[in-house]
Amino acid sequence: MTTGDFTDWAGTIAEIGPVYPFVGTEFLLVIAGLVFWVAWHIAQLRGEAKRLRDEDDKYS
Amino acid sequence: MDDQLGALIVIFTEFYYWLTVVIMFLIHIGFCMYEVGASRRKNHIHTLMKNTMLIPLVTITFFFFGWWIYFAFPNGPWITGGIVESPHAEPWSQLMGAHMGAGADGWERINGVFWAAFLLFSWTAASIVSGSVIERIQSGGFWILAVAIGSVFWIIDAAWGWHSGGWMVQLLGYHDAYASGVIHAIAGGFALGVLFVLGPRIGKFAADGSPRNINPRNPWLVAIGLFLIYTGFWGFYVACNVPIWDVQAGDGEFFSATNIYLGPTTLSAITVNFLMSLSGGLLAGYWISKGDAFWTYSSGLAGIIAASAGNDLYHPIQAMFIAIVGVIFMYKMHYFVERRFKVDDAVGAVAVHGYAGFFGVVVCGFILWGYPSSPDTSFATINPIGQIIGAIIMFGVLGFLPGWILAKILNGLGILRIPPSVEIAGLDTATQEMFDAEEAAIVEAENAAKSG
Repeated sequence: MTTGDFTDWAGTIAEIGPVYPFVGTEFLLVIAGLVFWVAWHIAQLRGEAKRLRDEDDKYS
Repeated sequence: MDDQLGALIVIFTEFYYWLTVVIMFLIHIGFCMYEVGASRRKNHIHTLMKNTMLIPLVTITFFFFGWWIYFAFPNGPWITGGIVESPHAEPWSQLMGAHMGAGADGWERINGVFWAAFLLFSWTAASIVSGSVIERIQSGGFWILAVAIGSVFWIIDAAWGWHSGGWMVQLLGYHDAYASGVIHAIAGGFALGVLFVLGPRIGKFAADGSPRNINPRNPWLVAIGLFLIYTGFWGFYVACNVPIWDVQAGDGEFFSATNIYLGPTTLSAITVNFLMSLSGGLLAGYWISKGDAFWTYSSGLAGIIAASAGNDLYHPIQAMFIAIVGVIFMYKMHYFVERRFKVDDAVGAVAVHGYAGFFGVVVCGFILWGYPSSPDTSFATINPIGQIIGAIIMFGVLGFLPGWILAKILNGLGILRIPPSVEIAGLDTATQEMFDAEEAAIVEAENAAKSG
């Protein structure tokens, strides 16, 4: 069992290419990353809006 | 990677850029200290977090699309050609991760550190904007602006005016070796566009329109912050070079360090010019501000920025005098714009980066008039008109305009400015009250334990 494309460093290293696990999933990783990024902004903006509303009520 | 000399050049280049990234990290420590030092006590934590969180946000978006823009857009697109295919810079490229390939250009190894060096420039662009808007902007709104300037607009201008095949270099002879315009003028212009929509802090202007000083609350943090920014800026200069390149046109070989356009320069030249322009800036700033510490430190930075466009080729004394004139220009402009347009640039970022950067690009066109902008002899040579147009593109077209438009949109969505009541109370006040209550509860528990 291996999550990479190789199980030893024998042979021609230059032919290994990428050495990170799950080679071939790069596009899915990018999509997941983009979704996470947008979701982070949405959650942050909602949280900040609520906090500012509460503080505005408190200090007005 | 299968012969020792070739491998040494690739691995040295990899190490070279890695080192610049670490040194440039100091810029961001400096920016955080500087902004916190310039803000009032009631806003310290908010100010710190606003700047800190731009780091991860610009990082991931620069991975997703910023790096690709640099390689894909040097032709405009559709000014000198279409979108350039850039498979190594696509976020799903295998070359964006650890890779053991051995291409002749070593791109498998250099892609990551080169990406990181440009990323640190991206943080700088966003951090410049961050300082000018402190104490009244919403964090979420600012972070959207940070992604826009850090991962989109500055990298478009880099593709146009910094890439060795950029259309501005080709057609205008644009020369901006250490980013007077490419980083500083664009970020200063962007900040000014945002400030026009954001408005001044409450109390900044009196009823008759005259400005009041909201002075830095911690001059020591400001001073150390700016010293760190100077230090990081040194790393930035080195990161703008290519360490080893065959610069001999035609037959033969001649290896040298080059500027970003692959034109020859030396680390000695840029080190002396960095120090002389820093010195010119400090001397001018001390004189014109009558010894004001905040402006003197800022002027050191502005002096470097004013000379940066041509600091690969200037004589050191030229660099010093350009810095002196640039500092006088940016200082006068700051107070003119503040009074005339009621703009509250809290840390003078528009002046130090925007006006000094604009000045630096323009003056370079006169001092280096007729110099080659590129080793490619078909490109236009450096000239005043090209540099003036370039400065307008950097400051105005890719800086001010997007900043103003985006700020208008965010303002319309209600996510730009904090409510006046919260601004007056302070952005940290609610958090501080919670801390005080928690501490009181602990003290009460301790007293109960002592008496019981």
